[in-house]
Order: sequence, then structure tokens, then C-alpha cells
Amino acid sequence: MDTGTIIIGLTIFVLACFAGAELISKVPQTLHTPLMSGSNAISGIAILGALLATGRPESINAESMLGFFAVVFATINVVGGYMVTDRMLQMFKKKKRKKKE
Amino acid sequence: MSTINIIDFVYLISAVLFMLGIKNLSSPATAKFGNKLSMAGMAVAIIATMASPDMYGFVMIIIAIAIGAAIGGYAAIKVEMTSMPEMVALFNGCGGAASALVAMAEFSGHTGAFANFTIITLLLSIIIGGLTFTGSIIAYTKLQGIISTRPITYPFQQVVNAGIVFFTLFLAYLVFQNPDNTFAFILIIILSLALGVLAVIPIGGADMPVIVSLLNSYSGLAVSMTGFALNNNALIIVGSLVGASGLFLTKIMCDAMNRSLANVLFGAFGAIDDSVADTGEGPAGSMKGFEVEDVAIALENSESLIIVPGYGMAAAQAQHVTRELGDYLSEEGVDVRYAIHSVAGRMPGHMNVLLAEADVSYDQLYAMEDINDDFSTTDIVLVIGANDVVNPAAKTNPSSPIYGMPILEVDKARTVVVLKRSMNVGFAGIENELFFKDNTMMLFGDAKASIQKVLNALRE
Repeated sequence: MDTGTIIIGLTIFVLACFAGAELISKVPQTLHTPLMSGSNAISGIAILGALLATGRPESINAESMLGFFAVVFATINVVGGYMVTDRMLQMFKKKKRKKKE
Repeated sequence: MSTINIIDFVYLISAVLFMLGIKNLSSPATAKFGNKLSMAGMAVAIIATMASPDMYGFVMIIIAIAIGAAIGGYAAIKVEMTSMPEMVALFNGCGGAASALVAMAEFSGHTGAFANFTIITLLLSIIIGGLTFTGSIIAYTKLQGIISTRPITYPFQQVVNAGIVFFTLFLAYLVFQNPDNTFAFILIIILSLALGVLAVIPIGGADMPVIVSLLNSYSGLAVSMTGFALNNNALIIVGSLVGASGLFLTKIMCDAMNRSLANVLFGAFGAIDDSVADTGEGPAGSMKGFEVEDVAIALENSESLIIVPGYGMAAAQAQHVTRELGDYLSEEGVDVRYAIHSVAGRMPGHMNVLLAEADVSYDQLYAMEDINDDFSTTDIVLVIGANDVVNPAAKTNPSSPIYGMPILEVDKARTVVVLKRSMNVGFAGIENELFFKDNTMMLFGDAKASIQKVLNALRE
């Protein structure tokens, strides 16, 4: 891996950190749990690496076995994370408040 | 344009979708849509990856996805809202494990020499991912009460932990020098798993919101490291997003307790410490236990009510009956609002989710800074299983362990009703002088049962 690639990677990392911090600071306290479970689901993006590790070897070997378990864990993270976030967000409703005047 | 270029371009699209997803989380009204965008981002990234050239093991992939989806989906459907902190901790752990496993797979499948940068990031991914995995499991067992929520400490704990960290880094250096050093490599895996356990056991139950947030951040960092090693921009971007989000929440939690992250991690807050317990200066006066009827009468005669929920409400599963009480009083013309301290409960936003589950409208929920000035003009405050976050000692008593922590100033209200399980001190072992004040009415017992009785008395 040449130095240019590393610099590009680091550039992306630093800029994404700032963008992330900016976006996240706008999330209200009420939604902090869904933010957490949602970002959790996103971190299951490691599944991309897991898919490649499982799929690339032409036959089953150590790499593909490790990849297999990585896919299982990452999928739990992705599917579970998104579903639970969706379940929570379904519950956040604004009701018409009835009041006896 | 090669296939690889196209795949990288799709990754860019999915990164944008993730960002938009989080952007839409800025309001409960758009949040659901945001989550869908985020799902779409994940879906296109996965599809693009499956379309990579030279892919063979589709059968294995499909089996693995089926297993993971079944487990994750089942857990997501079955979990109780009160157990959300545990669930998030477990999912976090899975994320950490996935990153570490991908790094291990890359390590084992790599042919030829490693670039220096690649091997460093791979090792970091394994270490961070590994400790996130076991740390999350320990956090889960603590939250579930499987192991004691009290900090577990032993002599020279921090020295031992620091020693393990340095030894792990030394081993990493050995592997960096010679990637074929399998023994050192396996030892690194074992030690990073051990580190996760050792780092989390000294942390008390009340500090779990910080730890869950921090582990969230670590899982992001591990993904970023994997991304660097695989030269995959999608992983780098998403990892930094998650890392930033976790750190942001960690900081909010620490600020809300007026403690530094170092103090949370190494302070063993809430450990049984006899030297502090017997300083002799307990609050003057006595707690006054009241009957359900007294509380009902006080509520009936009020025009404004602020409900302050704490972990006790979650533990007693009292959110539904709390909402019923709130609705009943609303219909009677009482102005009902909910005040939520950032560290109430066991994870950021825990109380909000529970009240949302119970169907409380989110515009009735107020953060501390938005409602603190209103307590002095409020007739009655109902504290449900919250303790430290309403303890006036945080403002008045410089010798208190929680001195300086921002609190909900409930003692300024005309009357405070505190629902409490028993006379015992709260988690941190700190006496709460609020309970002894003249305008405080204590109602002892299980929160759910107590509120139900109050509600019955009101309806009669």
C-alpha cells in the first residue's frame, strides 16, 4: 500500500469524523437510544469485509471460516440493530393532547 | 470504468445514505425515514460487494446471513424495551467481534508481504474489536444482573491492566516484525479478549450509560481500522461516523455526571467504601412515609405536575401505569410534563424510549436544561425511582461524591412525591437529603404497584 493511499484513507477518516460529529450533535436527547442502536447497525458494515473474506477463497479454508463467523456476527448486528431501531422509532408519536378546559 | 470502480462508487452512495439517515434522526418526525435510508445504504453496499469479481463461497455466505438474520431478528422482536441497554450492548459486541474476525481472516488469507500500515491497522482492529466483544458481554451480564452491578475491584487492578495493555502492544510489535509469529498472534487475541473483561468489571451499574456509549465508539473505531487494512472507504467512513457518535454520547453522559471519562473508567464509583459511609453527617430530620390517599389528594389539588422517571421506573416496568396516571391527570386539567435527566436509566435516552413505548407524546418529554427553571413554579413533582439525579447535595454539599453534578432541581417545587422501593440509600450509596425535606412525601413500595394504587384512589 503506497503512502498516497494511506493519506487518502486518513483524509477520509478525519473528514468523516467531523461530519459525523456535526450530524450527531443535532440529534435530540429523546432519540439518543435509537441513535445508538442505529449507529450500531451501521457499524455492522464490517459485513462487507466479512463477505469478501468468506467469498474469495475458492475452497473452504481458515480465511473463509473466519469470514463465515464474521458474516454471522455482522448480520446479527445489522439485522438486529435496524429492526430494533425501527421498532423503537415506531413508538415515538406525537399525540393530540386532550385537555378539559 | 472497472467493476472495482463501480463498487467504490456504490460505497460512496451508501455512505451518503448513512449520513442522511443520521441527519434525519434530528427529529422524531423524520427519524423513521432516516432509519430506512440507512437500511437502503446497507443494502446497496452489501449487493455491490456480492457482485465483486472472483467471489466463490456464495453458499457459505447465504448460510451465514440466514443464521445471523434469524438470531438478530428474533432478538430485536423479542426484547423488552426496558432491556434495551442490554440488547444494544450485545449488538455492539457482535460488531466488535465481526471486525476482529474480518481482520483475522485477512491476516490468515494474506499472500505475500504485508505493508506496514496494513499490519498495524489489522492488529489494532483485532485488539479493539476483541475487547469490544468481551467488554460488551460483561456490560450485558452486569445490566442483566447476572454478575454484580457493584464495581469488582482487586489490589493493583490498574497496574495489572496497564501491564496487560503494554504486553499486548509489545506482542503486536513482535507480530509486526514477523507476521509468521503465530504464537504471539494468538496471545494477542486472548489478551485483548481478557482486556475487555478486566476493563469493564470495575465499573458500577450507574456508570453503564457511559460504558455502553464508549463500547459503541470502540466498535466504530474497530470498523475504521479494518477499513484501513482492507483499503475500503465505506468501512473507514462508517467507522468514523459510529466512533464519533459513541464518543459524543460518552461526553454527554460524563458531563451529565460532572465526571471525567478517566474517573468513570478507573474510579470504581459505587464501590462499597466504608471510609466514606461513616462520616456521621447524615441529613437531619427523618423521612416521612405517606399513604397512597395522601398522595392522591395532593395530586388532585395540583394544577401542574412534573414526572421525573429514573432507573427504578424501568426496573419496576412502571412506564405504562405512569402514562395512565399522567393521562388521567391531564384530562382532569393538570399540566403534566416529564423531566428526563441525561443519565437517568442505563443508557442514553433510555427513559425516553420507555415513555414512548408507553405512548407518552414526545413533546411532553423535557431535557433538564429545558425544564429546570420551571420547578419553582410547579405544584407537584413525582419522582419515580430516581435518586442521584435529584439529590440536592450535588449543589449544596462539597463533600458529596456527586458534588457538581447537574441535577433536576425538584426540591424547588411546592411538593415533591418520591416513589421509592425502600428506605435504603441509592446505588452510589449516597444519602439524599431531598427525602428528608419538609415538602417531600415519601411513598415506599414497588413503583408500579404504588402508582396503580394512587390511580385507583384518584378514580374513586
